[in-house]
Amino acid sequence: MKLAKINAQEGYPDTHHDLHSKTVFGFWVYLVTDFVLFGTFFATFAVLHNNTYGGPGAAQLFKLPFALVQTLLLLTAAFVSGLGGAAAHRKHKGATIAFFALTMVLGIVFMGMELNEFSRLIKAGHGWEKSAFLSIFFTLVGTHGIHVLFAILWVIALLIPVIKEGITAESLRRLTCLRMFWQFLNIIWVFIFTFVYFMGDY
Amino acid sequence: MFGRLTIEAFQHDMIEYMADVSMLLGAVLVIGLLTYLKRWKWLWTEWLTTVDHKKIGIMYIIFSTLMLLKGLVDAAMMRAQQMMAVGQSMGYLEPDHYQQIFTAHGVTMIFFVGMGYMFGIINYMLPLQIGARDVAFPYLNNLSFWLFVSGGLFIITSLVIGEYAGTGWSCYPPLSGIKYNPGVGVDYWLWSVQISGAGTMLSGINFLVTILKMRCPGMTLMKMPVFVWSVLATVILVIFAFPILTATAAMLTTDRLLDTKIFTEDFGGSPMMYINLFWAWGHPEVYILILPAFGIFSEVVPVFSQKRLFGYTSMVWAILAITFLAFVVWLHHFFTMGAGANVNAFFGIMTMIIALPTGVKVFNWLFTMFRGKIKFTTPMYWFLGFVVTFTLGGMAGVLMAIPGADFQVHNSLFLIAHFHFVIIGGVVFGFFAGYSYWFPKIFGFTLNEKLGKYAFWFWLIGFLMAFTPLYLLGFMGATRRLDHYNVPGWQPLFIVAGIGAALVLVGVGFQMLQLLVSIKDRKQNADLTGDPWNGRNLEWSTSSPPPFYNFAFTPHVHSRDPFWVAKKGKQIEEKRAYHPLHMPKNTGTGFYIGALSFVFGFALVWYMFWLALLSAVGMVAFSLARLFEKEHEYYVPAAEVAKIEMGRSE
Repeated sequence: MKLAKINAQEGYPDTHHDLHSKTVFGFWVYLVTDFVLFGTFFATFAVLHNNTYGGPGAAQLFKLPFALVQTLLLLTAAFVSGLGGAAAHRKHKGATIAFFALTMVLGIVFMGMELNEFSRLIKAGHGWEKSAFLSIFFTLVGTHGIHVLFAILWVIALLIPVIKEGITAESLRRLTCLRMFWQFLNIIWVFIFTFVYFMGDY
Repeated sequence: MFGRLTIEAFQHDMIEYMADVSMLLGAVLVIGLLTYLKRWKWLWTEWLTTVDHKKIGIMYIIFSTLMLLKGLVDAAMMRAQQMMAVGQSMGYLEPDHYQQIFTAHGVTMIFFVGMGYMFGIINYMLPLQIGARDVAFPYLNNLSFWLFVSGGLFIITSLVIGEYAGTGWSCYPPLSGIKYNPGVGVDYWLWSVQISGAGTMLSGINFLVTILKMRCPGMTLMKMPVFVWSVLATVILVIFAFPILTATAAMLTTDRLLDTKIFTEDFGGSPMMYINLFWAWGHPEVYILILPAFGIFSEVVPVFSQKRLFGYTSMVWAILAITFLAFVVWLHHFFTMGAGANVNAFFGIMTMIIALPTGVKVFNWLFTMFRGKIKFTTPMYWFLGFVVTFTLGGMAGVLMAIPGADFQVHNSLFLIAHFHFVIIGGVVFGFFAGYSYWFPKIFGFTLNEKLGKYAFWFWLIGFLMAFTPLYLLGFMGATRRLDHYNVPGWQPLFIVAGIGAALVLVGVGFQMLQLLVSIKDRKQNADLTGDPWNGRNLEWSTSSPPPFYNFAFTPHVHSRDPFWVAKKGKQIEEKRAYHPLHMPKNTGTGFYIGALSFVFGFALVWYMFWLALLSAVGMVAFSLARLFEKEHEYYVPAAEVAKIEMGRSE
């Protein structure tokens, strides 16, 4: 075999050339672990959601339209992050920054609503220490909230290099992971909306 | 300022002081030695910051060996206590101290010895066996290691500052709740499990991507060595099981720290939920430990039988079947919960079914030996010991899979005997087989065979003496975790068990001697060919120890047992031009984040919330710094590769 041919097969000179596909695949696997993490919280919620210890249950505590607005905000945020990713692939720096910034803003509004709901519950005397149901509610929704917070900070951390250097192979790879992460947040929230708010209402 | 950390945390009884002083002396000795030999810079640049999977593997094994010695001391102390503490005599340990010892023993051995040894060997061998230069994410690998070390240090720290959990290694609530355990012990347990668990999860992701994305050309899935298959199954278990532990430990943490009521016995909480979740992780965990050991035996047996592995395909399917079944048997850890006959029957039957694929594997190994030209080397001794002990322990497991029978022996010493038979007989013997098999590859010289066999015999006989009596005691009604008992008739059996433990310690002594003697004789026993055993897989095609880039040319594989086939074919090596290699750069980030994660956990154990916040910010800052850093990789010039490769052939 000719040397050039062997080298071509090995991807010479850079056998690490598929860093993009490795990272994206690795990120998929990471998302699997995070799904299992939330699965555990959902399972615990399923077991404990009736254990209100004499206090009010989901139907009395949550406002479905409020949660629906949150849902739409988060769905839009993930959709906009998808547009941002598409813009990044076409190397449109300005559009990328704008779309991801919008994602972040929507995420911040979502977080604001969530914290508002938490403080409303706590002020009304329905803090997490009151019953097993409230404990697992705050744990499940709060863990999702921490993930959203992390995703917001992550947008900032990734946009700084984009603003400074434009779209490089590196930032494209990282933005792809970020986009996947927003979709992930979305999917988890859809489950939360369904199991916690929607089914709780009935 | 210091939360609930007061001077009282440093006050212990005499035995703990002795442990503290000996640890302190050890640390002073190491620091002194490093300073005297001027090795600090070497330690930092060559080891602590390395991203080389081989060095990380060695560091895992060193750390786990230190933890093993600690775990063995725990074991010896428990055995000594149980030899004495009958009737009037209360033994030499306070009940409270005794509880901490059996908890620490379990956590140490499972998380930091079993896991550490397996992850060490996987780290070293996996990339070599698939013909890769490194794992998929070398920096992440370094971070995983430091998170693992950080987790282990919590157990050590609890000896000096405060106390460890006295709840048993599984830390069941409500006992482990804040109401019944207001001290720091359970918090040490939680953060140790949480932080090392995060490291394990990252390793799992890393190895999975490595196996699926970085195999050399020609190595299809069904041409992978069985060890690689076993690692693939292990990391799938890690990926699906460890998040459950993370979530469960997190909920117990919020119960203790933020007063949530998830696992409490009042306010509607459910302690049984914890126990279910714990074992939904815990049962896959035992397969995370044993599957790599199965993989190691699948490497050792064919090489020393000088035959190909019998039933490769059935071996692979057996591994995958075990991987699946691992997730549907967790309830057999608590048949006595009262889930009802139908639920118990389902889990009992699933548990018995696991014996089938395991049996397939045992018979495959035996058929591999059948009509082979067997070389009775030390790794083969460990394998034969494993077949006996693991089969005995496994059959005791099948017995306990019958819910009705399990009600009799639940939480008795019968259970303790069972899982020590499968974990020592399986995981530990498996690691020792791998250790003596791959040692020449890792360090370039073979181990002393004679001392290795002495060590084996002391381990085997000591082990059987230490744990067979526990089966009998279990039948007599002795429960686990007893610091005192009132039945004089049990004492002789406990004394036999104690003598057995002493014999095991003699075996460990022989292993240390073996290492020292082998280092002394390294010139005579040097492995210059890189292939001392007539090995089958790619790791033996490199020099011993392998160059830091593993392979100058990426291997091309056409069949199973690629190196064996290549040797038989008498291929004439083509003269090829060396080319520059792309390699990852060392980084201190993993070390810093690992260290900060320790500070973070420690601060939360002692309620120093300002420090926890500070170290959390520090961890984020280091991650961001890494994000903005450029050039994580560099090229090794072709001339340097040529120089190293030429040096090998001389």
